[in-house]
Amino acid sequence: MPPPDTVYPVADAIWEIAPTWRQGMRVPIRIFASHELLLAMDDAVFTQAANVARLPGIVGASCVMPDAHWGYGFPIGGVAAMDPTVGVISPGGIGFDINCGMRLVTTSLTLDEVMPRLHELVDSLCERVPAGVGCEGFVSLSDSEFGDVLRDGARWAVRRGYGTEEDLARTEEGGCLPGADPTTVSARAIKRGHHQIGTLGSGNHYLEVQVARREHVFDPAVAAALGIDRPNQVAVMFHCGSRGFGHQVATDSLQVFLEAMPRYGLEIVDRELACAPFHSPEGQRYFAAMQCAANMSFANRQVILHRIREVFGAVFRRSPTDLGLRTVYDVAHNTAKLETHVVDGAARQLLVHRKGATRAFGPGSPGLPPEYAAVGQPVIIGGSMETGSYLLTGLPGSVQTFGSTAHGSGRTMSRTRAKKLFRGRELQRSMEARGIYVRTASYAGLAEEAGGAYKDIDAVVAATEAASLTHRVVRFTPIGNVKG
Amino acid sequence: MPFEYLEDAATSDVTFHAWASSLEELFAAAVDAVTNTMLADLETIAPVARTEVEVAADPLDLLLWRLLDEVVFLKDSEGLLLRAEHVAVKTGTRPHHAHAALVGERIDRHRHELVADVKAVTLHALRVQQTGALWHAYVTLDV
Repeated sequence: MPPPDTVYPVADAIWEIAPTWRQGMRVPIRIFASHELLLAMDDAVFTQAANVARLPGIVGASCVMPDAHWGYGFPIGGVAAMDPTVGVISPGGIGFDINCGMRLVTTSLTLDEVMPRLHELVDSLCERVPAGVGCEGFVSLSDSEFGDVLRDGARWAVRRGYGTEEDLARTEEGGCLPGADPTTVSARAIKRGHHQIGTLGSGNHYLEVQVARREHVFDPAVAAALGIDRPNQVAVMFHCGSRGFGHQVATDSLQVFLEAMPRYGLEIVDRELACAPFHSPEGQRYFAAMQCAANMSFANRQVILHRIREVFGAVFRRSPTDLGLRTVYDVAHNTAKLETHVVDGAARQLLVHRKGATRAFGPGSPGLPPEYAAVGQPVIIGGSMETGSYLLTGLPGSVQTFGSTAHGSGRTMSRTRAKKLFRGRELQRSMEARGIYVRTASYAGLAEEAGGAYKDIDAVVAATEAASLTHRVVRFTPIGNVKG
Repeated sequence: MPFEYLEDAATSDVTFHAWASSLEELFAAAVDAVTNTMLADLETIAPVARTEVEVAADPLDLLLWRLLDEVVFLKDSEGLLLRAEHVAVKTGTRPHHAHAALVGERIDRHRHELVADVKAVTLHALRVQQTGALWHAYVTLDV
């Protein structure tokens, strides 16, 4: 179904739907997409974006990214900034997989050096980084140590020897959100996730060995500043989140918020938009628990990097330092964070919900590692496993989306339909014939992630550039994939 | 099999429709639908582990939500793949109560063909309703 008739263009690759479109909308909907991507969006995206526009305290616009698709509550690819003094926090605006995100790691190796050992490398990664339903990690923790993970995030991992200070400096928020309070999380959430540090999970989570082909380095100077500085350089990219712990924190909060909403006179059209005033006891408790889940996910990705370093070291018989295994950046796409943004000329503190949207701060923004201050924040966009992924940088124009951009290619086909259309083993063979060696925890799961079930990643990234949100730096092509 | 997966619902998630002639059977079918999202063949679960869960909620669809959340929780906390052997639902007083005897076994990667991990049972368009002689449930899982 096409977008509503009321959608009108406001600038290149930016569209708007006025607040008069649906009753109760407090702000317009602003869609960042090419005309083709706009026409291809599910109609549910617009309805869900309108529901978000009704939430108390929303500022500016209910923003829709070019990869947006039908989610639960918020669209996936939705951004909403709330005035924390009068607005709400909504777990549906963050997602169940709290702080799910991407990490990109360089190597000093080139394609020619990796190809002879690619199978050994991917097989070993598959063995050492657990993936799939109910997978468990290698780190065994007492309850009090798990509390340290929730409080300190990736800092805990580095203290334990699973990484470097440079890894932390190149992680969003230094890999640790400061407001995490482990006393706000349920015993149930801890029981569900305390043994899952260092695991990928399943669904669209993956670990890829990729190559930056010479012709896909669009901005060599910025690429070099980010560590991509030789022809056909090999990199590692992975996508995962806070695992069962984060999923349970989100589930627990829905129950609490559904019960609390009548007390605050809050009415919503979809229970997945359950929310509470940010400054209410329920809102503050969820915010503190959510930051614990965010820290768990930063620690999870840090421990996975440690394992990747071990595997590369063993396969290439050189030290990880010698192999140039350095974090480019780690950035999340399922969060709500207190940030300062300029609205109508005045700096304001806002609670920015990003659900399937990546933070994309422009050059000179506070919190960037000094070496990246001039180029802007690195943004990592994972495409489907068959096509490719991108390294971008945030542009000053991302102020239009409260410093946000797309997060992936975005699905166009349901998992149930993809499973009928594609066969996992056939897909594995056909990918291998195209130079992508895949290992999977599930062939049915592999079929669900077929490239044909996704939008065109190049079109999504081009739209973010046309709308001045993010700048294309490098496109990566997969050569090896571990699929959860 | 009294459930089906819907092709044109939430794009990145899994939506199922379950039906049965009683609430008890409906809840048991919904447990199977959750487990079948993670495991290709329910017949490969050996009934060797047993656990009982008790949930209370109001309205009825949230009762089912809470029961299914137990199944997801036990998958991660105990590594169990479960089916409902017996479900009892009490709707006379508020909140409603459900008691389920769940049986199954720990995940065995050699014997179990795993599919997608269920992260959560969402509240998105969640419905439990009676139409004529049948009860129906519509549930979307985040995977």
